[in-house]
Amino acid sequence: MEVLLDVRGLRTQFHTRAGVVRAVDGVSWSVRKGETVALVGESGCGKSVSALSVMRLVSAPAGRIVDGEIVFKGRNLLALSEEEMRKVRGREIGMIFQEPMTSLNPVLSIGRQVTETLEIHLGMTRAQAQARAVELLSLVGIPDGARRLRQFPHQFSGGMRQRIMIAMALSCDPALILADEPTTALDVTIQAQILELMKSLSRRLGVAILMITHNLGVVARYADRVNVMYAGKIVERATARELYGNPRHPYTLGLLRSVPRLDEPRRARLQPIPGQPPDLSRLPAGCSFAPRCFYVIDRCREQVPPLDEAAADHLSACWLAKDLHALTPAELDAR
Amino acid sequence: MSPKGEEANLKAEEANQETILEVRNLVKHFEVGGGLFGGPAAVVKAVDGVSFSIRRGETLGLVGESGCGKTTTGRAILRLDPPTSGEVIFEGRDMSTLSDAELRGLRRRMQVIFQDPYSSLNPRMTVGQIIAEPLSVHRIVPDRAARDARVQDLLRHAGLLPAMARRYPHELSGGQRQRVGIARALAMEPSLIICDEPVSALDVSIQAQIINLLEELQAEFGLTYLFVAHDLSVVRHISDRVAVMYLGKIVEITDRKSLYEDPQHPYTKALLSAVPIPDPAVEAGREHVVLGGEVPSPLNPPAGCVFHPRCPIAIDECRKGVPELRETKPEHRVACIRV
Repeated sequence: MEVLLDVRGLRTQFHTRAGVVRAVDGVSWSVRKGETVALVGESGCGKSVSALSVMRLVSAPAGRIVDGEIVFKGRNLLALSEEEMRKVRGREIGMIFQEPMTSLNPVLSIGRQVTETLEIHLGMTRAQAQARAVELLSLVGIPDGARRLRQFPHQFSGGMRQRIMIAMALSCDPALILADEPTTALDVTIQAQILELMKSLSRRLGVAILMITHNLGVVARYADRVNVMYAGKIVERATARELYGNPRHPYTLGLLRSVPRLDEPRRARLQPIPGQPPDLSRLPAGCSFAPRCFYVIDRCREQVPPLDEAAADHLSACWLAKDLHALTPAELDAR
Repeated sequence: MSPKGEEANLKAEEANQETILEVRNLVKHFEVGGGLFGGPAAVVKAVDGVSFSIRRGETLGLVGESGCGKTTTGRAILRLDPPTSGEVIFEGRDMSTLSDAELRGLRRRMQVIFQDPYSSLNPRMTVGQIIAEPLSVHRIVPDRAARDARVQDLLRHAGLLPAMARRYPHELSGGQRQRVGIARALAMEPSLIICDEPVSALDVSIQAQIINLLEELQAEFGLTYLFVAHDLSVVRHISDRVAVMYLGKIVEITDRKSLYEDPQHPYTKALLSAVPIPDPAVEAGREHVVLGGEVPSPLNPPAGCVFHPRCPIAIDECRKGVPELRETKPEHRVACIRV
């Protein structure tokens, strides 16, 4: 499959009073045409900043992309002028955020907000844009579009607002949608509706999706490929099936073990990952996960493990990636 | 076993059967709109006739989606929002009939842990002051030196280092703040703790730490929990019994095993099916019942069974009467005429 978006060696930093925060610290990942790729991780791991970097929306002057390339359809987005970049945003790459209420303008009707992009980006007339907007609403499962377009954001429920965001993201037929925690604010039955909608639209329209989330269940159900992030780096990457079936990084393993699962017998105790995520302005030497890692060896505290092939099409940034499964509990206790 | 041992066993059994909290027909209505020149105020029936009981030492999970009334139920029990009607009998006493002084005494035994520990901790107080405050206000530990020792002890129980006492809430991570909230609740020596979404604002790796802590403290101090949450997997892990709420009403209540292995109410079934399992191999083989529509407004709830507009098995009769919560199996009650 053809690569649509190729992020290479991206570094995004924030200058704060506490020092330089390496929010995204040399990550490379890609999205192929039509596929759904997940960036998973916990708060502060750099997944959202990665998406903002792709859109060049990292807030200056504190935040800055200091290194790397973001190649979209063969062009390096970091080399574009602001004017050219505006044409990419919303037109070629759509966006969906966690909280639709904060990304919709509360004083403009839904119709105005949907048609505005169509008029600006695609040069449609008002009437054309209006007709297309009704079509878009019906595409995302909002009937009676002509009437609904006259309404304002507060007149819609959270789930409906997210449908509107999806309609807006799709309005200019983008090749890629960046979805940052698109269902985190929604109830579980509404989350299921929205995710099913995104999946079916992605299939029908051939849109690729970059799904940013902390929810391992959502990733398992909807992603083709998965990148796990920790402390600004990608620590593991594989297809969803391979990653969940055969995790090769202790952090991924820890995350999977720490969540209770409805399909498994109830365990007496959960197995949490001990400790806290690190302070990104004061990262330890060596592997950032070492202080919390169950498998840690001396080498981990000295050298940063590179993201290397641990199995076919399966990358892991761990010195023990190949042996994780071979280690018995007794061997671990001996450590 | 000696007769004496048997007797002790029986006593322990009896203690286990003791009801610590009984909620009878709890109603909490909020008036919205109306006012000086407005028309008649509309009434939101946030909690509409909820009854359940909790035995000493057990955990009752209260699950449902936003707006179902689970948080309001907790707040009404705590009298943070006094109920419109209904009875709350805590440790044998009806809370609505108590004087303010009596209520204060009884309320000490009933504590709460909130979802967002940051907004529930005073940013200008150190962690030590936050935990010591109730100890001095309620004269639990009036002596200052003894109080400091008690604070250290509580911090340790919550899995924090004693040195944390000198820190301020903003210097702590989300998980640490929740531990402070837990230590503060423990300071009052409660018998019942209402946990209102205590882990939903935390990262996955930290959630398990806090859940394990809550379980350890329950075993150590014989605590009883009302665990209010929307995450069905977490609720299954921590609860002995579970009540499912929808639009102000309990639609199903039973022990954990029956609820998760043999859910009866169509809403419970849909909720369980909507939870994604973190395993693509399992997900691929799962049947998903995606529930259509959305939760109706509690301002104008549907007639009859409140779930009927979204229910996959609704019939005409569901529009007419409000289904009673009735026993379909021993200890398993369901509010649905179709089961």
